[in-house]
Amino acid sequence: MKRLTLALAFAALIPIANAVEYTQIQTDKSAINFVYKQMGVAVDGKFKKFSSQLSFDPAKPTAAKASFDVELGSVDTGAPEGDQEVAGKAWFNTKAFPTARFVSGTVKALGGNKYEVAGQLSIKGKTQDVVVPATFTAQGNTGVFDGSFIIRRADFTIGEGSWAKFDIVANDVQIKFRITASSK
Amino acid sequence: MAVKHYTGTAKVLHWLMAILLFGLLALGSYMQDLPLSPEKLQFYSWHKWAGVSAFLLVLLRLLWRITHRPPALPETMPKLLQFAAHAGHLALYGLMLAIPLSGWLMSSAKGFQTVWFGVLPIPDLLDKNKELGDLLQTVHMSLNLLFVVVLLGHIGAALKHHFIDKDDILIRILPRHSKEN
Repeated sequence: MKRLTLALAFAALIPIANAVEYTQIQTDKSAINFVYKQMGVAVDGKFKKFSSQLSFDPAKPTAAKASFDVELGSVDTGAPEGDQEVAGKAWFNTKAFPTARFVSGTVKALGGNKYEVAGQLSIKGKTQDVVVPATFTAQGNTGVFDGSFIIRRADFTIGEGSWAKFDIVANDVQIKFRITASSK
Repeated sequence: MAVKHYTGTAKVLHWLMAILLFGLLALGSYMQDLPLSPEKLQFYSWHKWAGVSAFLLVLLRLLWRITHRPPALPETMPKLLQFAAHAGHLALYGLMLAIPLSGWLMSSAKGFQTVWFGVLPIPDLLDKNKELGDLLQTVHMSLNLLFVVVLLGHIGAALKHHFIDKDDILIRILPRHSKEN
């Protein structure tokens, strides 16, 4: 019995000894950008304000958890009149739906520094399952997550009415992120 | 006296560009004050596609102009007016080159790459820069205003030659009538 207790204690200790858990997002070194296509022209945009809760231990990636809240009103579409337009009802309708939210589900380690995060993305009252590939690079006490995935704006009724057709603004929108997090 | 005409190619290029440039001027001045809509984005794309096309046509036209000397101006024209005519044409060519270039640079600086007919991306020479984009917008508009002024002079001069001087300046850029040949 004593042995078992000791073994358990060790088993519990080992991960703690190795664990570097990244939990503190450094917003100034993080970015959520997107690329949309307008009549064949790729245009860059970004969200200036977002917050996140994160816990990621490279030794236990499947236990990782992440959630993101993106303030949709902080959008930069690349043109001031575009920023106003997409805040409106036809696009994000930020008055009724001020934030987009991502909540992680299962996390798969794909080997190397590659991971796949399944999760749910909610925008404008619509929730969709998404799979987000990400790489993780540790640099001492900070780690950087990089990745991109594609969403279809129509899945979230982003761009209704005269904007609903995809000949002017394409359906596919690429979301690119770089999240820098530090351990405590 | 037989009219010394421009070459057929020069005439086609002249009138093709006349139609294209009037269309570009009209669309350009109309679209800029529109509220944002799918149509507005479509107009901007069309304007940029047409602008790139006009630029390529101007290059072709310059090449033709350099290799094919146009008919001389009438002997009866005062030297000063002959000089003004040459200066006017030089200004038109210069503006036809500078205006699409300024539009292209403006698009780059504003972060909207020009993709010809939505298929062929024209490289961005400038990085996105709001101040520079606004400056180039002013440059693009000013050059166009200047172009309209020179164009009015060009049309006015052609009409003066035809109706007041009664020479063949206007005739020689018009399609040949079958009875002349």
